[in-house]
Amino acid sequence: MKEGSGEDQNVAPSMYSHVSRPSSHRNKNARKGLPFNVMLVGESGLGRKTFLNTLCESAVITGSEVTNAEQAHIAEPMQFKNYTVEMDEDGMKIILNIIDTPGFGDGIDNEQCFMQIQEYLELQFDNVLAEENRIKRNTKFNDSRIHALLYFISPTGHSLREIDIELMKRLGSRANIIPVIGRSDSLTPRELVLFKQRIMSDIVTHSISVFNFPDLDDEDEDAVEENSELRAMLPFAVVGCEEVINEDGRPVRVRNYPWGVVQVDNDEHSDFDRLRYVLLNSHISDLRDRTQNELYEMYRTEKLSGNTSVLANNTSQAVISAIGA
Amino acid sequence: MSAPANDVQDYVGFDTITQQMERKFLKRGFNLNVILVGESGMGKSTLVNSIFASHLIDTQGRRAAQEVIRKTTEIAPVTQMLEENGVRVKLTIVDTPGFGDQCNNEGCWVPVIKYIKDQHAAYLERELKPNRERIIVDTRVHACLYFLNPGSRGLRPLDVEVLKRLTEVTNVIPVIAKSDSMTIEERTAFKRHIKEELAFHRIMLFPYASDDDADDDRVLNASIRELIPFAVVGSEEVIEVEGKLIRGRRHGWGVINIFDETHSDFVHLRNFMLRTHLSDLIEVTSQRHYEQFRTSQLRQIKELRAQQAAAAASGGAPPVPTQAQPQVPISVMQHQPMAQV
Repeated sequence: MKEGSGEDQNVAPSMYSHVSRPSSHRNKNARKGLPFNVMLVGESGLGRKTFLNTLCESAVITGSEVTNAEQAHIAEPMQFKNYTVEMDEDGMKIILNIIDTPGFGDGIDNEQCFMQIQEYLELQFDNVLAEENRIKRNTKFNDSRIHALLYFISPTGHSLREIDIELMKRLGSRANIIPVIGRSDSLTPRELVLFKQRIMSDIVTHSISVFNFPDLDDEDEDAVEENSELRAMLPFAVVGCEEVINEDGRPVRVRNYPWGVVQVDNDEHSDFDRLRYVLLNSHISDLRDRTQNELYEMYRTEKLSGNTSVLANNTSQAVISAIGA
Repeated sequence: MSAPANDVQDYVGFDTITQQMERKFLKRGFNLNVILVGESGMGKSTLVNSIFASHLIDTQGRRAAQEVIRKTTEIAPVTQMLEENGVRVKLTIVDTPGFGDQCNNEGCWVPVIKYIKDQHAAYLERELKPNRERIIVDTRVHACLYFLNPGSRGLRPLDVEVLKRLTEVTNVIPVIAKSDSMTIEERTAFKRHIKEELAFHRIMLFPYASDDDADDDRVLNASIRELIPFAVVGSEEVIEVEGKLIRGRRHGWGVINIFDETHSDFVHLRNFMLRTHLSDLIEVTSQRHYEQFRTSQLRQIKELRAQQAAAAASGGAPPVPTQAQPQVPISVMQHQPMAQV
């Protein structure tokens, strides 16, 4: 334990956490409110909405859109829905912007979904590119680039499906993809270990780029160890729920089954708490930094060094006028 | 004069026909053909192996990263002979790897429907032969287990498309195989939505209501309909719980016993398929689905014949048939006089 680095002040940021974790020593903008943009992608039924509500500890998304039988066979086109929640994480104020993608993968033909998400991600990059090139820039510019893309995988127990591979391959260079296993309480501990191994093996074989907790500072031994631990946990096995019961005076979030009770925040039952901590505390800066310094820069280089006809066809009007101005 | 009572023999003895039929049946055995339709990872092979209490099929899901992703739905039948108390069954399980697994699943049901219809067609062809076999080999699909995705709110667009088509050609039993991630409340809500949506789309499931159902049949069928879709958990693993051996799944927070009725509908599904409605499944396939297929096929052949006759009579070239070609080859029909059709 290094002295004075903050590790000696352990905190339990979430009231549901079982474990208290070291206070993050990498936070900036503690008072202003750090904007953090997260996109949730996955077929319906994998627990995206429940995850969001569990993460924000409140019912951000309520009810369901489809309420009658006549709608069942209609494949709703994918939409982008925005939610903003102010979070207080360990003294740090975070403006959490969630972009949900209901309709992804729910139709019979889902090939358009990837293109739509890719266009969305690139549009946010384009907006920043345009803004950077303005003569008079807006200091209150709203950066809506996605800092983390949580991709929900179905708990089949086999390997990745075609839609999983296609999506992560195409978007790995545009956002920090964090693969997540939804409804992971469907798998036994042994099945989960094997499933995680197969998924990571698939990811390597198909050269998919996911956020693999890179070590930004090799000297920081604790961080290096933490990153290697987190790398071994990928993909995160998540169980979300909104039911709270009282256990010995403590509020506990659970899923009640006839054969037992799953505790959402218990590290032995799910990786939810760990993931929450990664997103809102320990790696929030790493994720933001990589988006700016690596992903955006790569996009910018591609865009600006491409030939002008490609530029004219693909670039939004905002960029063309900004560069010309 | 009084006749001694024991000379009057009012007992005829035709009630022994049930034993005679049983003896015949035991000698012959029977065929049972079940098709499994659902995306990979829904628990198809584990469920079927659990129902029949033996390892009948292997999972066809992708396990290794080197395995290629299937581009179409394949049909993979596996046949085994099972025996129980002298009764032999030739059990064919037809798996459909690749169904619903692509990004674009348009038409993924076509190979499945084609397989089912092909079995009807093969049976019809054998039946129509002038010298047909005494007992025609029955490869017709008697039951289709359709696997629903737990966690969805109800039917998905793909489910609606496929169920509409499947229920026209075979007996469909919808199941949720991996229901251990649904709480009891979630299951109840899910079943309710599914029933509403099935009713809205007029999708007819087995068991079908019939006017000559006896009262106890009606009651039993009503209780089956209440349970549909069956929320089950399958397992081939035997685990020890408090000294007892059970078939189930061991989670970090508890153990699921697949035979426990409070944990899942597994026992109800097994009893329904094998202990109460097995002969119905086979009979209804023959009397309802096969008959419908047969009627439409013979009609098509009759119309085709009529067209050809009309063309020959008018001396012109035979007309191009406007309807779909019948699946049974017309040569088989050559010896059938038109009147019969």
